[in-house]
Amino acid sequence: MTTERVYIGCGAGFAGDRPDAGRTVAQELAGKPGPRFMIYETLAERTLALAQLRRMKGEPGYLPRLDTFLRPVLEICLRHGIRIIGNFGAADPQGACRRIADLCGELGLPLPRLVHVCGDDVMAGPARPALDQGRRQNDGPVNYDLVAANAYIGASSIVEALEMGADIVVTGRVADPSLTLGPLVHSWGWGWQDWDLLAAGTLCGHILECAAQVSGGYFADPGRKEVPDLARIGFPLAEVAADGSFVVTKPVGTGGCVTPRTVREQILYEIDDPAGYITPDVVLDLTAVQVAQAGPDRVRVSGARGRPRPGMLRAMACYRGGWLGEAEISYAGPNALPRGRLAAQVLGDRLRDLDIAENRIDLIGVNAVAGDAVADAGAIPEVRLRLAVASDRPDLAQTALDEVESLYLCGPAGGGGVRRSLVERLNSEPILIPRDLVTTSAIAYAEVADA
Amino acid sequence: MPESVLKLHDLAHARAGDKGDRLNISLFPYDPADWDLLAEQITEARIMAHFAMRRPASVTRYDLPSLGGFNIVLERALGGGVNSSLHLDAHGKCLSFHLLSMPITKPEPADARC
Repeated sequence: MTTERVYIGCGAGFAGDRPDAGRTVAQELAGKPGPRFMIYETLAERTLALAQLRRMKGEPGYLPRLDTFLRPVLEICLRHGIRIIGNFGAADPQGACRRIADLCGELGLPLPRLVHVCGDDVMAGPARPALDQGRRQNDGPVNYDLVAANAYIGASSIVEALEMGADIVVTGRVADPSLTLGPLVHSWGWGWQDWDLLAAGTLCGHILECAAQVSGGYFADPGRKEVPDLARIGFPLAEVAADGSFVVTKPVGTGGCVTPRTVREQILYEIDDPAGYITPDVVLDLTAVQVAQAGPDRVRVSGARGRPRPGMLRAMACYRGGWLGEAEISYAGPNALPRGRLAAQVLGDRLRDLDIAENRIDLIGVNAVAGDAVADAGAIPEVRLRLAVASDRPDLAQTALDEVESLYLCGPAGGGGVRRSLVERLNSEPILIPRDLVTTSAIAYAEVADA
Repeated sequence: MPESVLKLHDLAHARAGDKGDRLNISLFPYDPADWDLLAEQITEARIMAHFAMRRPASVTRYDLPSLGGFNIVLERALGGGVNSSLHLDAHGKCLSFHLLSMPITKPEPADARC
């Protein structure tokens, strides 16, 4: 039987995603013929650096919710030959393989072929000088405490891992769409200079990588854009043909919707110049992309064009960024807004006296998000004052937060519900480094385990 | 010709995304026939004025007739980006609906006139 379609489902679009949605996708894939894959995209800019911080404390450096995501799908994926590709390896892809092997043991499953991809970490090795030089060119702060630096690598080592027979491919930092492009290049035998095909696969990956954001999530606007059953939204899957055209859909019987509108919104999500979306694999041109309804909850996407990938890779450098303090207090009922404004004024005076310069005071419900356009102040039933303060010194930030608490007794009438939080920050900065300084490889877990 | 002043929200939908300190908002008319109206009125200059509270360094509008919409990119509009911003909505995710609060003037169709 010749392959007509490659099926790729998405099990997670970020580290905090719903853990149960992947199972429905895996069940849907189990009923399809031909090559089938599940992707897990779980690494936002800071997620990997947070994992690195945990690793430095002796805790696992892979995604803490690895078990949570994989437990519901492992048995069904392994039984039906659905291969999993996920960047849940974070700061320790090899450690993630070890954990998955143990998890399979706990679940009574045979040990799958586990392969991890490495080489994205550019903290040490030949890429480090280029990283430091790029940082100076960016004109960033001179003194910084680098926690992690990882290059967004492309799909080639994922392809290598699949060609080694991997049932599960574990990566750290890779470009998000490469999680999908890898299995497509592997399955269809696309060449690394087939720019339009690489572009099509990259577009498919871009559409899938945020999971429910293409199947009705981040979309509903009651009365304008209705979405059925958001509580049971189905994560997306794509049916990809050899020519790179594909249909986006979702498991039968799930909530959410896949329509030309949901797909269009996701196509431009986090895009800068639509004629040149740069990935490590290809430069994707979206200007001729079209979407069309192809049945209920089925949307056909076509028209991606590609240009040669650039000689530079983007790396994300993460460094300690001081402390962020936040504190809030509410005012409600008649005259709530003037009392909230008075509290903001008092707090501003106090922070000036304390010489805490980097702060921001908003009234949630009035001006915290989009300016200060209040037509009828008397109609506002409640406001919540919010202070945000940044400092290199946690004690100073805490002092500012204490000023919000002291509004209980020293501020306007009727202030209540104070909450305070103080967290250490990680700042991140993209830096371009030459591709030839970054060497990636795919390593089988069995080799490591035997060694 | 009679006109009605609407909110962009009446005619279009939008989605916000962030990369570092850059905010992008995609904008799509519900009715493809309104594409020209949006192109004419939702100009870079008007967007810049509407987002003055975020003090963007620049606004670029990319037109995508094949896809049926626009991509609007606001540079340095996120207070340093999600990792260093003091904004409540550090990603700027709510700002797609701020765009949709822009007024837009639409000629009334002939059959709506008395």
